[in-house]
Amino acid sequence: MSKAVNVLISDPTLRDGNHAVSHQLTREQIATYCRAADKAGIPIVEVGHGNGLGASSLQVGLARTDDETALRTARENLPNSKLGIHVIPGFATIERDLKRAMDYGVDVVRVASHCTEADLTERHIRFCRANGKTVFGVLMMSHMIGKDMLAEEARKMENYGAEAVVIMDSAGNYLPSDVKERIDHLLETLSIPVGFHAHNNLGMAVANSITAVEAGATILDGSARGFGAGAGNTQLEVLVAVLHRMGFETGIDLYRMLDAADLAEGELLKEHPRISSISVVSGLAGVFSGFSKHVQRLAQEFDLDPRDIFFELGRRRIVAGQEDLIIEVSSELAAQKKAGL
Amino acid sequence: MKNYRVAILGSGNIGTDLLVKALRSESLACVAFVGRSYTSPGMAKARALGVTCSDRSIAYIEEHAQEIDLVFDATSAKDHAVHAPILKALGLRVIDLTPAKIGSICIPAVNQDSSLGSDNLNMVTCGGQASIPVAYAIGKTHSEIDYLEVVSSIASKSAGPATRINLDEYIDTTEKGIQAFSGAKHTKAILILNPAVPCIDMQTTIFAAVRNPDLDALKSVLDPIVAKIRSYVPGYRVIVGPILENGRIVVMVRVRGRGDYLPEYAGNLDIINCAAIAMAEEFAKEGRA
Repeated sequence: MSKAVNVLISDPTLRDGNHAVSHQLTREQIATYCRAADKAGIPIVEVGHGNGLGASSLQVGLARTDDETALRTARENLPNSKLGIHVIPGFATIERDLKRAMDYGVDVVRVASHCTEADLTERHIRFCRANGKTVFGVLMMSHMIGKDMLAEEARKMENYGAEAVVIMDSAGNYLPSDVKERIDHLLETLSIPVGFHAHNNLGMAVANSITAVEAGATILDGSARGFGAGAGNTQLEVLVAVLHRMGFETGIDLYRMLDAADLAEGELLKEHPRISSISVVSGLAGVFSGFSKHVQRLAQEFDLDPRDIFFELGRRRIVAGQEDLIIEVSSELAAQKKAGL
Repeated sequence: MKNYRVAILGSGNIGTDLLVKALRSESLACVAFVGRSYTSPGMAKARALGVTCSDRSIAYIEEHAQEIDLVFDATSAKDHAVHAPILKALGLRVIDLTPAKIGSICIPAVNQDSSLGSDNLNMVTCGGQASIPVAYAIGKTHSEIDYLEVVSSIASKSAGPATRINLDEYIDTTEKGIQAFSGAKHTKAILILNPAVPCIDMQTTIFAAVRNPDLDALKSVLDPIVAKIRSYVPGYRVIVGPILENGRIVVMVRVRGRGDYLPEYAGNLDIINCAAIAMAEEFAKEGRA
């Protein structure tokens, strides 16, 4: 007899992982990993461009596989797991993107905004609820504000109809005490479940995720082998093993989870996610992990130290989706360098 | 002579900033500032400035149509869909600042003269006003544009509730606008709100994927267009480009506002309102016909 699941795992391998390969995941890769994830019993499998639905762009990167193909392929290969999508208003619109995604068989819609801009999610959340979908609100770059303001924004999402709120450490900047403080306060403020999405820039992804669960979070995100933006996400197979050892139940079969992770390593990853020197800088500077590839490219083009670009982006408090600003910052730093400043 | 009579419908950030600009204009007379609630900050400001105010929205305009030459609609896309037929029946000229896409698209630096024949001008969006002139210049100098994309970043504080609730319409209207003026096969618009303090200036990046990019030709067409925009939006400037980066043409513009109602960072407010005022002043030159 299976025990009741008390930590709900949502797996963004095929969404956040897309950042790590400049959004080049193929239909075959999506199909293969979905089959393995489904066999392992992963409850929610998130699929799409790194910035989610409707985000294939020159700004962030053009996706090799369009939303329709990616989502239909995933749907066909997920007989049991729920199919999730990441949706950022400002990139994805209801008419152009969300309505179609529903036709492709999406079950869980994670509507995201920068941590201070929850009111941008109102129409998208209400639309999904009205269409009978499971909806989570997602607050990205949550390290940029304190617990009170974060709870206020989360509360708006709850009022719009979100059934859970997930906070993202998009820059991999948190230490466990930061996580505990925020999760504690969210649980005091909200009457819906709370989740956590980590990045591993400072090597804290598993530890921060465990801290979140111990504080009462009941939804955790993790990717196979940590496949995700920048230094990667919480390594899912490790997280599941640790959760099980602690006595939590995820409904995931560990052996098959490990098989899925091995498969991801062989089939999806170009390079093993690692904490590179510039990932440490990006985490410290509190800059969106997804910028990593862009910063590396522009540092080369403009002959700059990528660490200087990251710290300047951090100083300007750039948020997710502002990849164009990396061009501006790089060209400015290059001009300063040329002027001998 | 301040004798061209304009009314402002909508008392939010856009409407209130328009009011300050209309009062400064040498040819416009603001005869009414109309909203839904006397308690809004915009209404308080208008009363302090001694402007006739009403909280009866479109009903006030209907009753006073004889005393008005032109109405600025600064409400929301949904509201303008209701207002447009009423204003048309009243025979009033309209400049629409919502992304309702009902009137003909107007970007003064590009199509001022042909716009004078329309009785309902749609000012697209702030991102559209900032990017369409560049998109137009790219279209003029490149025979095939496979794809054109514009990304605008604005300060969170500069986006009021109507702007936020109209986000999808903003995207749709901006995409259609850049397509119409550039001839690109596919277009995309993205909007980012950034809460950084101090507030960021409005900034827009135009990306284009073209066959045979010609940056010199583009620059020669773009420069006079930018000069024309600066004649009605002094804070508009190109900060990067045109450059070719990663196979894309990239042009970045920044808009600093005049700080009329919201502070200077709200270039998004300024550019659409300056464009609207510039057109109203052109109508004023033509008289009340």
